[in-house]
Amino acid sequence: MLDTAYNVETPEGIDLRAQAAGPVPRILAYSVDVFYRSLILAALGIALAFADRAGLGIWLLCSFLLEWFYPVFFEVLRGGQTPGKKAFGLMVVNDNLTPISWSASLLRNLLRFADFLPFGYAAGTIAMTLNRDFRRLGDMAAGTLVVYRQQNSNERSLPQAAPLAPPRGLQLQDQLAVISLAERHRDLSEARQRELADLLQPVTGKSGRDGLNYLHAVGNWLLGGK
Amino acid sequence: MKQQDFEQRYSDGWLRLEQWLRTGSAGADEAAPDLPVAYRSLCQQLAVAKERQYTNQLIERLNQLVMAAHHRVYRQQTLRRNTWVRYLLAGFPQAVRAQIKYVWLASALFLLPALVMGIGSYSNDALIYAVMSPEQVLQFESMYDPGNQVMGRERGSDSDLHMFGFYIKNNIGIAFRTFAAGLLFGLGSIFFLVFNGIYLGAVFGHITRVGFSATFFPFVIGHGAFELTAIVLAGAAGLRLGQSLIDPGGHRRLVALRLASIEAMKIVYGTFLMLVIAAFLEAFWSSSTELGVGLRVAVGTVLWLLVFAYFALAGRGVLQPGEMPRPAPGGRREP
Repeated sequence: MLDTAYNVETPEGIDLRAQAAGPVPRILAYSVDVFYRSLILAALGIALAFADRAGLGIWLLCSFLLEWFYPVFFEVLRGGQTPGKKAFGLMVVNDNLTPISWSASLLRNLLRFADFLPFGYAAGTIAMTLNRDFRRLGDMAAGTLVVYRQQNSNERSLPQAAPLAPPRGLQLQDQLAVISLAERHRDLSEARQRELADLLQPVTGKSGRDGLNYLHAVGNWLLGGK
Repeated sequence: MKQQDFEQRYSDGWLRLEQWLRTGSAGADEAAPDLPVAYRSLCQQLAVAKERQYTNQLIERLNQLVMAAHHRVYRQQTLRRNTWVRYLLAGFPQAVRAQIKYVWLASALFLLPALVMGIGSYSNDALIYAVMSPEQVLQFESMYDPGNQVMGRERGSDSDLHMFGFYIKNNIGIAFRTFAAGLLFGLGSIFFLVFNGIYLGAVFGHITRVGFSATFFPFVIGHGAFELTAIVLAGAAGLRLGQSLIDPGGHRRLVALRLASIEAMKIVYGTFLMLVIAAFLEAFWSSSTELGVGLRVAVGTVLWLLVFAYFALAGRGVLQPGEMPRPAPGGRREP
């Protein structure tokens, strides 16, 4: 199945699930990081210009650190997110979905150069597209991957409808379908919901607004509304 | 149990945990929940929710909460102070000795081209122009001209720091690239080793030919002990990566690569330190003309001997973490 879901079973016997991030958001995040880095370097360059050659030495030192250790710093100390990754809601984790460790972060960022070869991250992009979890070469060696950091979803809201008991013999699958229709009443347009409800007209005997309200009421009941 | 009853029963705990995960950093305050206990019951609740086919939104929320708590529970602490001391005293030379095959191979890939090119450009005036432009050659010659008052690059005292930054960025960058490029089936490491060997050999040969060796060798001998060995070691680490992909042995390639990279990284950390030392020496020691040639050659020789002795001897007899002690000879017990 084509799916970016990444599952890990923890020692507690449950499956953790994350969504692996593909090449496009990662490239965009990377360009944001490049932008920030050049900004820092430019600022440093101006600030150190007065110090002449000694300043140039410090600038070179900083540019070395930024080139190789900027991602390591943020990935380990800022919860797997460089500023660019943060902007796109990404984070780096070990492949058992634990926070990335120093050694893994160092390795994946040193091997960035291999991903860069022969030019413009060609090797890394090819590796990512051939790989189920969009890992570049450095990710494979270090055992890391980039996933979406999920936003805390806001509170669930149910449609305003008095709960109504469903007809008898409603199968589990059907119950789930009705529940998820009720649950998604904010995400789907009114017209689309009515259209979906109309599919059940032969069963419910109601159409349009009435049919939808009825399904919402049943959904509320199934979720435990009283 | 209906979903809403389930939520009502546990939501207080979820909210508390969510809040704590968002704000709590150090778990010193009293409000901090007993994380392992909270985490385990959360896992159980998630499993129940899945089993009872509660809605996706609830499962999603629990999943996120579990993941956040999982991050806290399984946070890895890899940096400890005595690990570093241990690494310097024993771990690094042990790692190098464990990969000695690759170290020899990398040395050959570096030194043979250097030797060929060195002899070549010593005996043939034109050969050096095959690897660098006439301006570069002129620059090198002027750097090591014995007629100069200052050695190395033309420098005032403030430019020591400049050169330090330059050596750090340039040399450590080269070492890192030599290592990383090894991921491409070792080809990248081979390329960088051979390329640097050729370049270095050409400079050595040419400078000797034009008769500047009295200034050149005292300059390079000190930091060379660290710099050249570090480049070779970085190449060896890269070759180790490449080898794991070419011949993964009994593992899948991905697994073999991961195991190899653990071994390789043990070497790379050390090369980083060596190159920092090298940059320091090159910027602040090798170039100082006040110290006599004899002193610098003597110290350089001692440094070379120290480096070799370190890799040959340090950490012998110290057990690597996780290694079983060897049974004493003849001390075999009957089962």
